Formats: sequence, structure tokens, C-alpha cells
Amino acid sequence: MKRFNKVFTILVLIFLYVPMLVLAVASFNRGSDIATWSGFTFSQYGELFRDGTLLPLLANSLLLAVISAVVATVLGTMAAIGIHNMRGRLRTATIFVTNIPMTNPEIVTGVSLALLFAFAGTMLKRNDVFSFGTLLVAHVTFNLPYVILSVLPKLSQMEPDLQDAALDLGCTPLQAFFKVMIHEILPGVISGALMSFTMSLDDFVISYFVFGPSFVTLPVEIYNYTKKPLHPKIYALFTLLFAVILLVMVVMNLLQARDESRVGTLRRRKRAS
Amino acid sequence: MKRTALAAPYLVWMGLFTIIPLCIVFYFAFTDSVTGSFTLINLLSIGNYIPIFLRSIWLALVSTVICFVLAYPVAWFIAGCSPLKRRFLYMLVMLPMCMSFLLRTLAWVALLEDTGILNQIIGLLGISPLPMIRTDGAVILGMVYNYLPYMILPLYSVLLKIDHRLIEAAQDLGCSHAQVLRRVIFPLSVPGIVSGFTMVFVPAVSTFYISQKMGSSGTTLIGDVIESQFKAAYNPNLGAALSLILMVMVFICVAIMNRFSHDGGEEVITL
Repeated sequence: MKRFNKVFTILVLIFLYVPMLVLAVASFNRGSDIATWSGFTFSQYGELFRDGTLLPLLANSLLLAVISAVVATVLGTMAAIGIHNMRGRLRTATIFVTNIPMTNPEIVTGVSLALLFAFAGTMLKRNDVFSFGTLLVAHVTFNLPYVILSVLPKLSQMEPDLQDAALDLGCTPLQAFFKVMIHEILPGVISGALMSFTMSLDDFVISYFVFGPSFVTLPVEIYNYTKKPLHPKIYALFTLLFAVILLVMVVMNLLQARDESRVGTLRRRKRAS
Repeated sequence: MKRTALAAPYLVWMGLFTIIPLCIVFYFAFTDSVTGSFTLINLLSIGNYIPIFLRSIWLALVSTVICFVLAYPVAWFIAGCSPLKRRFLYMLVMLPMCMSFLLRTLAWVALLEDTGILNQIIGLLGISPLPMIRTDGAVILGMVYNYLPYMILPLYSVLLKIDHRLIEAAQDLGCSHAQVLRRVIFPLSVPGIVSGFTMVFVPAVSTFYISQKMGSSGTTLIGDVIESQFKAAYNPNLGAALSLILMVMVFICVAIMNRFSHDGGEEVITL
């Protein structure tokens, strides 16, 4: 049974990675057709850095992802603390509202925000409302629930007396937060922030409905590209991003593993003494 | 309690950017595109789109079930590995979710095309090209491929939490492998199954990119129709009406699925 599961898992992983392999190979292909191999070249990578059409778009995406993740993390962590202290109907209602963007199909969220912004545009008599601002609002909106739902469990795991003890010992509420609470909930805050960042970076559906010509993100531009034959330099960018993300994840993994083994030894030592 | 007030900015934000937009969708769905007066025309014309709705639901449902069948053994295997291996495999499952899904879908097009990579390979074996792209099967494959991690991750997190002593107890009491699976492991993993089904079904039923690239005019999905109302045909009122129906449908499905799970619904997968 275990052997079957192992083989099965490997096959599923191959299935997940075959398209990545196709794109990586295509990035070294001399021709522009992804399905025909016409010789090895590095020129797509050279092209990517020389002509500078894609990299600014990547910078746009990164900028949007960082700012929206920061805003969502701050607002979301505050909200989670608020929700944690809520009781009864108010709590139920707030959790319900939090679940709306998570449950709603992305296309509905996108469409509803597009209608809102278009409406605001008519009210303000401006035809350039669709811009960085609308993208930021949309991204923060879909990131918020993820931050809240990753911070909330950490808050309920926290010893409730800790905060009170800090207050009794003369901390202001703000000091109590930064000296005590933040350490308890930090893993949840970080994982919420990381989730926001990645989701925002790769978001296409919602961005597609709320972007404006003044600020275009990479996924939106890729969509526009895929209506015509794609330039292979885009595969080069994909492959580079893949390598970077893989590297970051492996490093994070190793760091975590080291931390855990250190904690493990400490515990064992404690038990022995 | 003053601490509750910390949620105030969030509630204002959600009011402005979640509740009000949905009210606007509602408003558009019930008004005429030219005169702006109240009308039921948009909602009544939904009748023409019933086959498309049914096709979307059907293809999404088939994909969700396939995802489940593929994901369960994988999640079970990963949950049974040593912590180090577990984290590594978890990372491998997560990683595709961080990469552009547009390009990954396009890679599948290159694989499945009539002159694509797979057909070139089977051509070497002397088999004539198989029509793979622009079929229902291709759309299902696209959905399964894109949303499979969303099924594996929640299943993995519930399977990881299962107390192995329960399984041993069941075995001691004479359960066979199949019985352990059916009576112990499966019931304990229901919350993960529910959240996996939701996380795959909702994006699959509302997708438009996958059907545009992998499907044909015969596999138009509801997402395609909505998208074209905003980006091509420009009838936001009809688009809003379709969105409204899609949203109501999804909420009903999710509510039904959540009935199977006694979880409070405050679960989330973490990195």
C-alpha cells in the first residue's frame, strides 16, 4: 500500500511539473514555436534583459504585491485581534463577511469591484480611475481574509493572561502588543503576509477586471500576449522566476529544519538534566 | 472591550469594497442597460444560458472528483513521511501554485495540440495524431492540473493531525485495511475533503482562461460568458445578472458542503 502511494505520488508530481519542464526547455529554444525544437540558445535570456519590456512589468507586480501584502497584514492583524475579542452575533457577522471574498468566485469579486470603480469614476467625472489605486484596493481586499484566518488561530492558542500580566506590570496596550503579543502571533502574521504576497504576485483574474492602462502587471500582460504568438523571452522570465522561487523555498526549508533540530536538542537536553 | 475596535478599519474596508460592490452587482442585474430603469429582462434571459451553466457545473464537478481521487493517496503518503521529507514534498506541491497559471496552461496547449509535443512523440511510434486539444477532456485536464494542489494541501493538513493510535486501535480491534480507511481515516478527514472540494470546485466552475485556451466554442463556460459581457460585448447588466446567479449557486454549493463538516469554517491552509 505504502509503495503504491509512493509511486502514485511521484507520478502526480511529474504531472504537476511537466508543464514547467516544457516552459524551461522552451526558454532555451532557438525558434519561437514552443512545440518545435530548433536548437539550443541563450539568446532569449539576453533579449529579456536587453529590450526591457517585461522586467518593468515584473517590477510593477512586485511593487503591488509588497504594498498590498503590507497593508493587508497590518489591517488584517488588527482585525484579527478585534475579532478575537468579539463575542456573539458581531463575531458571527464579521466572520461571515470575511468568508465572502474567500468563497466568492474570483470573477465575481473582479466584476463587482470593476462596477464599483466604474461607478465611482462616473461620480467623480474622471475617466482614469482604473490605475494602481484600484489594483491596490482589489488586492488588499482579497488578501485580508487570508491574513485574518492565519492570525486568528495563533490568537486562540495564546495564553490570555500574558497580555493582562503585561498590562498589570505597567505596559501601555501598545507596549504590551509589541513586547508580548507580537511574539506569540508572529508565525501567523508572517504566513499571512507571505500568502498575501504570493497570491497578489500571481493574481490574474481580479487584476484583469480592475487594471488600467497606466499600471499593468505581469500576469495581465501575459494574458494580452497569449492572444497573439508569444515571444519566447517570456519563457526565459518564467524559468528565472521558477529558479528564484525554488531557491527561496529550499533555503526556507533548510532554515526551518535547522531551527527545529536545534529546538529538539534543547528539549532533549532539558529532559536529560 | 476596546480591543474590538481594532477591527473597525477592517469592517469599514469590507463594507466599502465587498458589500457595496455586491450591492452594485445586484443593482445592475435588475436594471436596464439603456434607460437604467428596473427590469427583469437580464435575469429572464438567463434561461438562454442554462446549458452553459450546466456544462460548467458538470465539468467542474468531474474535475473536482478527479482531483480528489488523485490527491488522497498523495496527501496520505506525504502525511506519513518523516518531517524533513514531509516539508520538502509539501513545498513541491505548493510551488506550482506560485507560478503563472496562464503560462502553465499554455504549456499544456503546446503538449496537447494536434502538432504538439505529445502527438509528435506518438507520431514517432507510427500512430496518427490524436485530437486532444479543444475537447471536454482537455478542459477537465486543465482544471485538474491547475487546482490539484488546492485539494492536496487541505487533505494533507487533516491527515497529518490524525492520531495514529486511533488507527492502531482499529487494527487491534480487528479492522481490515479497507475498514480502517472507511471507518476511521475517512470520517476524520471530512473537514479537509469539504475544504478541498470547495477550493477546487469554486475556481473551476468560474474559470474562463482554461476553457478559452484548452476548449472550443463547444466548451464555453459561464466564466467565458461573464468575461465577454465586460470585455467584449459590453453588457454589464447581463454580466451582473450572470455573476449574481453564479454567486448564489456557489454559495448554495458551499453551504451544502459545509453541512457535512462540523468545523467552524475558520480553517485555512498555511505556508
